[in-house]
Amino acid sequence: MSSVLYDVPGPRARRRNRLLTALCTLALLAVGLYVYRRFDARGQWDAAKWQPFGTAGLWRDFIIPGLVQTLSAAAAGMVLALAFGVVFAVARLSDRWWLRVPAGAAVEFCRAVPLLLMIFFVFYGLPFVIEAPVPAFWAVVTGLTLYNGSVLAEAFRAGINAVPRGQSEAAYAIGMRKGQVLRYVLVPQAARAMLPVIVSQLVVLLKDTALGYIIAYPELLERGVNEVAANHGNVVGCTSASTAA
Amino acid sequence: MHVFSDPANRAVYLSSFLLILKLTGAAGVIALVFGVVLAAMRVSPVPVLRGFGTAWVNVFRNTPLTLIIFFCYFGLFVNLGVTYSDDDIDLNNFWLGVTGLAAYTAAFVCETVRSGINTVPAGQADAARALGMTFGQTLRLVVLPQATRSVVAPFGSILIALAKNATIVGTIGVLESASVMRQLINDNGDAVIPIFLVFAGTFVALLVPTGYLFGWLAKRLAVRR
Repeated sequence: MSSVLYDVPGPRARRRNRLLTALCTLALLAVGLYVYRRFDARGQWDAAKWQPFGTAGLWRDFIIPGLVQTLSAAAAGMVLALAFGVVFAVARLSDRWWLRVPAGAAVEFCRAVPLLLMIFFVFYGLPFVIEAPVPAFWAVVTGLTLYNGSVLAEAFRAGINAVPRGQSEAAYAIGMRKGQVLRYVLVPQAARAMLPVIVSQLVVLLKDTALGYIIAYPELLERGVNEVAANHGNVVGCTSASTAA
Repeated sequence: MHVFSDPANRAVYLSSFLLILKLTGAAGVIALVFGVVLAAMRVSPVPVLRGFGTAWVNVFRNTPLTLIIFFCYFGLFVNLGVTYSDDDIDLNNFWLGVTGLAAYTAAFVCETVRSGINTVPAGQADAARALGMTFGQTLRLVVLPQATRSVVAPFGSILIALAKNATIVGTIGVLESASVMRQLINDNGDAVIPIFLVFAGTFVALLVPTGYLFGWLAKRLAVRR
């Protein structure tokens, strides 16, 4: 195997690599053993701490409902963020300055403000303004929508700008209006080109639902860590369960 | 704006953003060093190291940061007794937070560095080797100068994301901006919107120029091929 950095190894390099492999394996095993012993000394491997994961009740009462909450917040956030992204990307590309400038400012603002700050504002601050409590679910979904929607808006805009000029010129030449050019020519091509970015941003959104933990939205992390670990004292097991999801 | 005319509130506001900067700085430096080490592992000819680097990146990139920070506190500190400072609980929590942020960010640094190395065409290194350069010379004189230029923009995004992620460390009792804002909102229910705008505006004022700076640098330093 040749890469930018390494030539195809000759006999001496192969010998050296084998030696390094052996040494690194030993070093990693030693680190692994140390961590294992540390956990063992604190009793994290005790059968009693892992036993709850084998019972139906724990899955029925904590993990599955937590997963459902995580997925429903993520699903609502994804749909709204995609809509927000398309609307603001198109608004930023508008020919009218009174649409372009505020949309640009809103996107830049939402991208620069930490998601947690927005969730806190919606959850703790907004109730003072509207004089009604905001459910944790909507606080999480609003934050996820504004933040990820603005990131998606930038992705869509970059994608639309990356479509070759000839495409829109040809569309105008056959008499399409601006909306038609956007709808039939630019957006379909941009969406296809930006699909990897869109998907990875939606994965980020799913991960970010874990922030709901902080405002006690009963998603997977909150269920795993607060309720299960508190009842059974098995931090390692609960963390790995949340990670695996 | 009566909230911020109170000197005590102004002091917590300033110290909360100072903490964000400190968290970003400390975690950024550690993540940069460790991320480069991880990247070196991922491109090395030793399969065990490649496997370790890949595993690290996959685990940390796919775990919510909230969970990692949480594990640093309840797992490392409470359960396993990893302690940075016995007598200063704030300092202890600060470094636990830095540990989590750095471990998470290092995965992204690793992937950026690796993709930077991959943007260098293989012919460049082949040519360097053909001239008789050693491994170190190839790396220092040919590969790294081209690779670092192509990672400026992604490093900017990582730094900005890190500064925003630093707010999550508030979960383990570090009084950074998000938890201070929450406290101020609870104490001053009549000035919710000004409080939010000041905190959010500070982030905008810090991060939007940083983004433009890195964008400008990336354009200036880009390798023209």
